[in-house]
Amino acid sequence: MGILDRIFGNHWGVHPDDRKRPAADLPLRRLPMPAHLYVPLQQHIGAPARPVVLVGQRVLKGQLIAEAQGATSAAIHAPSSGTVSAVGEITAPHASGLPVPGITIACDGEDRWLEAADIPADPFALEPAEISRRIAAAGVVGMGGATFPSALKLTLGKKSGISTLIINGGECEPYLSCDDRVMRDFAVDVVDGIRLMLHASGATTALVGIEDNKPEAIAAMKQAAASFPEIRVCPVPARYPMGSEKHLFSALTGKEVPADARTTDLGVLVHNVGTAAAVHDAIRNGRPLVERIVTLNGGAWRAPGNVVVPVGMLVSDLIAVAELKEQPARLIMGGPMMGTLLPSAIVPVVKGSSGVLALTAAEAADGDAQPCIRCSSCVRACPVGLLPLEMSARIRNEDYAGAVDLGLKDCIACGCCAYVCPSRIPLVQYFGHAKGELAARDRTKLRNDATKRLVAARAERLERETKEKAEAAARRKAERAKQKAAEAAAAAAGAQADSETTA
Amino acid sequence: MNTLATTATPIASPHAHGGAGVSVVMLKVMAALAPATLYGFWLYGWPAVHLWFITVFAALLGEAFCLRLAKRRAMPVLLDGSALLTGWLLALSLPPWAPWWLGAVGGLFATVVGKQVFGGLGQNLFNPAMVARVALLISFPVAMTAWVAPLPLTSAGAPGFLDGLLITLSGAANLDAVSSASLLGHAKAELSRGVDLLQSLSGDHLAHFLSYSGARPGSLGETAGLLIAAGGIAMIAMGIISWHIPAAMLAGIAIPAAIGHAVDPARYLDATAHVFSGAALLGAFFIATDYVTSPNTRAGQLVFGLGCGLLTYVIRTWGGYPEGVAFAVLLMNALTPAIDRLMKPRIYGRNRKGASLPL
Repeated sequence: MGILDRIFGNHWGVHPDDRKRPAADLPLRRLPMPAHLYVPLQQHIGAPARPVVLVGQRVLKGQLIAEAQGATSAAIHAPSSGTVSAVGEITAPHASGLPVPGITIACDGEDRWLEAADIPADPFALEPAEISRRIAAAGVVGMGGATFPSALKLTLGKKSGISTLIINGGECEPYLSCDDRVMRDFAVDVVDGIRLMLHASGATTALVGIEDNKPEAIAAMKQAAASFPEIRVCPVPARYPMGSEKHLFSALTGKEVPADARTTDLGVLVHNVGTAAAVHDAIRNGRPLVERIVTLNGGAWRAPGNVVVPVGMLVSDLIAVAELKEQPARLIMGGPMMGTLLPSAIVPVVKGSSGVLALTAAEAADGDAQPCIRCSSCVRACPVGLLPLEMSARIRNEDYAGAVDLGLKDCIACGCCAYVCPSRIPLVQYFGHAKGELAARDRTKLRNDATKRLVAARAERLERETKEKAEAAARRKAERAKQKAAEAAAAAAGAQADSETTA
Repeated sequence: MNTLATTATPIASPHAHGGAGVSVVMLKVMAALAPATLYGFWLYGWPAVHLWFITVFAALLGEAFCLRLAKRRAMPVLLDGSALLTGWLLALSLPPWAPWWLGAVGGLFATVVGKQVFGGLGQNLFNPAMVARVALLISFPVAMTAWVAPLPLTSAGAPGFLDGLLITLSGAANLDAVSSASLLGHAKAELSRGVDLLQSLSGDHLAHFLSYSGARPGSLGETAGLLIAAGGIAMIAMGIISWHIPAAMLAGIAIPAAIGHAVDPARYLDATAHVFSGAALLGAFFIATDYVTSPNTRAGQLVFGLGCGLLTYVIRTWGGYPEGVAFAVLLMNALTPAIDRLMKPRIYGRNRKGASLPL
């Protein structure tokens, strides 16, 4: 940080109490397989996958049950062996509690893997495109929570000329330690996954950014990467939201991503450490992404820690085996800063679920909103450089255009502003509301424009038709007149002939 | 919650909070203000204590009255501590032996006209305590400039609890006996008589007016300057305020004062006298730093503080009043929306004008 930045206070983000330990230090646990798994068909950004199994069909763990549909989509595999018991709808792990299409599997308890075929002896001999194809076939998506199909990202990266791969091991959200655990327990796999992604994307170096509150993970990763000079492990200061793609990029490169560009435009591709481990599993073991490490944390869990959970396991089944010691005030999927409030526990864990937090009332820190005292804590906390207090004042008055002028569209919804607000104003709620309103307005405008176009086209068509009709009528009239004239002429000629003959 | 039942109201993230609260902030400010206030009580005795209570009570009363008019519950709002703090700051800027009605009118004016008329906490454009102080100064110039020399509680002639109450309620029997001018008032009066500063502030005089232990005439917040500064530094250390406004404001006073004094010591007071006189320290640390009425970026706060300091110096030196902190702060309050408009933080990935950075 430069001296000018110090004087003008251009620091960003917050330093929340991370509350990662003791959960982060406990060994990884495996839970007994539940009786049923509820696998949503949309666990990624893009189109939902298309089911390729029928009700009653036997499936093995890792067998394809729904294939990617369209360019941006991801395949879904059976998370355990059993029978397909339903292809229907499942409540989404989202605050709305709306249903999404999904496949239900009745587990047989054997958890038997599909025999992996065609494991390459040396994946580095494969074409980069073939690596990406295999990653896509394994249904790997961004494990940091954004769940963008990883293979697509690598392919797009290859096209736009990537030189550097940034591996996000920031894990800046409080409470969560699933990435920490991946790096500590599977550092060798992560490093192998990084090398495979370097090969697939064409990048020459990889920077692994890890917050310095995870010394064990840094040590494990440094050791695993020691013999690969192209992979550099870079500790970064623990500060939220360090895990934001653009902020980690800036912390590691010292550069800034222009507002209307992506890191790929600057030759940098960002992937999560969990994704690297999933890529390793997909290529080296032929195993698709069917389970993940989930952090159970928060004061209401009896035994917080990290567990390996099959995709599709209900949170209520997690609670049944991992147990709560008290009724939580809030159940959260993800971290406390950006995670989703769960409408109930009857929702499945998905590929992007980093944690299930059961927060007590004291942790959830509920409180009534008070008037803004303009303390500008939010202005200093905002990692993007926005004026949350001014934006929320505009939004309260439904002046969405004013909020956009102040930079609403640059807001990353990280929650720093609401975290520091002494008046406990739900600022993120305001911004989410305004973004939703604006999106609805844009949709309405599109529809209105389309309607307007159709109306205009109809009017034009009607006009054209009337004109054509008139022209046709005029033509017919003219023809009739001509015909009449001809007839008259003929009659006259006949008459003359008659008169001539009579004459 | 029942983990199996569906909750009715979705709550937006974040689901954690840093623990800051409005009343916590106000309490910390009061804690920082307490040492200077208690020391002032000791210096000026019971009349000052009574005046403080009356002013604070009037401020709370004004707030409660307006909340009742608006049909809102008064107690939760009163408990946020902001009205109490407004009354407190006003009391610190009054002459310690001022009559009760000065505190009462001031306290009511501060919360009713200075704050609630604008819509309550966070809505006011001007600092409520300074609005009230200026209103009092313009309406009752004599009462507002009747300073007394300190008469510590433990000294022989100090009024007791009842005598003090009598002084506050009906005025001092012979105020002339104890009255004295403050440094700024004295300097201005002497200069206007044609007596230059070298004579009017020679020797013992300056010691009388510029005692760091506070044994000098002035308001509660003026005399205990060092304790005010200590409280302010404690607030900076606690992260309640930043150093930007106080440093800029004191620099805005001290730099022109030092230049003026170097050019003509007979005409211009030196920087130390300026910084330790009047409400400079109270203003820099506790008044100008009011969240509601100051800019919201660090750069804006530097401009704001500098403006407060420079205007204070200009009013003190060339204006009609010996002291100018209240006027300076109000003038800069009026400029705060403009400063906020012009000095926005730079958005990530964009230049100052809001256009995307070049690739």
